[in-house]
Amino acid sequence: MNLPFLVSDKWYDIRDLGNLSGAILDQLDKVLPYGLVYVIAILIGFIASFLIFVLPTQLFLGVLGERKIIGRIQSRYGPNRVGPFGTLQPIADALKLIQKEALIPTAADRWVMLIAPIVFVAPAVLLFAVLPFGPNMVIADVPVSLIYFLAVSSLPVLGAFMAGWSANNKYSLYGAMRIVAMAISYEVPLVMSLLGVALLSSTLSLQGMVFWQKDVHLWMIFLQPIAFAVYFICVSAELNRTPADIAEAESEIVAGYLTEYSGMQWGLFYGMDIGYALAAAAFASTVFLGGWSMWGLEEYVPSWLIFAVKTQLFYLLFLWTRGTLPRLRIDQLMAFAWKFLLPLALLNLLIVATEKVIWTQEELGDGIVFLFAPINIVAAAVLVYAWAKVNGYRPENTPKKPRMVKDATGYIPASGGGR
Amino acid sequence: MQAVKTARFFPICGERRRPWKEPGLSFYDSYSAVLVATIAGIILVGTAVIAAKLLAPFGRERGKDVSYECGMLPIGSNWSQVHVRYYLLAILFLIFDVETVFIFPWAVTFIDFPKYVFYEMLVFIGVLGLGLAYAWRRGVLEWGR
Repeated sequence: MNLPFLVSDKWYDIRDLGNLSGAILDQLDKVLPYGLVYVIAILIGFIASFLIFVLPTQLFLGVLGERKIIGRIQSRYGPNRVGPFGTLQPIADALKLIQKEALIPTAADRWVMLIAPIVFVAPAVLLFAVLPFGPNMVIADVPVSLIYFLAVSSLPVLGAFMAGWSANNKYSLYGAMRIVAMAISYEVPLVMSLLGVALLSSTLSLQGMVFWQKDVHLWMIFLQPIAFAVYFICVSAELNRTPADIAEAESEIVAGYLTEYSGMQWGLFYGMDIGYALAAAAFASTVFLGGWSMWGLEEYVPSWLIFAVKTQLFYLLFLWTRGTLPRLRIDQLMAFAWKFLLPLALLNLLIVATEKVIWTQEELGDGIVFLFAPINIVAAAVLVYAWAKVNGYRPENTPKKPRMVKDATGYIPASGGGR
Repeated sequence: MQAVKTARFFPICGERRRPWKEPGLSFYDSYSAVLVATIAGIILVGTAVIAAKLLAPFGRERGKDVSYECGMLPIGSNWSQVHVRYYLLAILFLIFDVETVFIFPWAVTFIDFPKYVFYEMLVFIGVLGLGLAYAWRRGVLEWGR
């Protein structure tokens, strides 16, 4: 396959910003020592990804999406006072938060409570290092970037647990236990669903996956609909987004692990929820939606623009679920992870492995994926329906009348018991 | 296509645009970007926290530093007991997470090996499925017990 634009190294070719930064670095290399140029290259990468990605999202999706669309879903106006159409609301919020006093209770573990926001927020920057924005636009093209992403994206749970544990507050502790239980339950099906993706494309590099989807001219979502559904549900549970935000459920435990936080430290936790949701959306659009490739459109439109648009559209899916679904109970969520998603992900892994064996053993061409895609979509529908049937997720199984505590499951919470 | 696939490491600028690149560094090049990102992330958070420290008002007052419970003074120790099911869940998670560590290398490379490698992993996953079924039957997955 010939891709002429990929080898054009003119600095003004903005379809791939790697050319521009390469030209800048060439000039800098003549005056600066090696190591410094290297650090500058990485910083240019981060600033570029911030400008392309995070800033417009924070300004437009952060307000117009996160708050206005949810406001509209809930039949109210979102923020509309600060700036044109309320677009400057996040800046006003940040200014307000930075002027608020950050309280630390006397009973709290002071240092752990101070470190927790750093542990929570710093990985968000790390996540954007491995996401490919274009053919030559990866800040760190780690050969195992899939595992890297999984590893780094489970770090904030540690920060959240530190926050909950150190605050020395009952609600914080319950929130922390809940977030850890949720995160580890949903981590397993999430990794299982991504195993299928790695298996089919035979690579662990995110850039490699984009090239694979580009080569077979089919996105991974069509080949692995189960994996996509499992990934989406799991990641929205891990990010504590609303169908699954039991870790900071206001009506049950005041604010979960954030109960004792105030001021900018609370703002860091809160703001980074958007950051992680954005990273998860970017990861999903890389792995399942073809990343920066778009069936040849990337030859004309800048690839980073395609990637950003895909990410924002995926982010809207998060908003949609957040705006429409009510909060689930913790026992429902746990049972859903272990009894529904995990067996489904295991079955998906087996199906994909069998297909891969057939594909390679029979020496079939890449065109076979167009046969696999409808098979997998039908198999996904059948599997989800059948497994839900077996598990008893039927409308008639929903209790019609409220159950008493003793009838529910026989568990009566002891005084001060850990709910 | 080949040229693109070899331009794996590094940034924002491809392999061909790196006259300063020294041979032998290529594997750790990408991880040094991770190091820089870590430092950048810590500086980012530190700046926000320190700026808040400098700008925010601070007043000492009795009752302000008390842990929140319901508006009254907190009763008893704040580190309350937690149900044992969290522990069972952690064990279950460990089993399945270690398993994925074994499956990931297999998933990427099993087509290069003889066919029995494929069936071996099927047996492995089957044993894990049995483990899940056992845990299910013993009621570990029931949250409300």
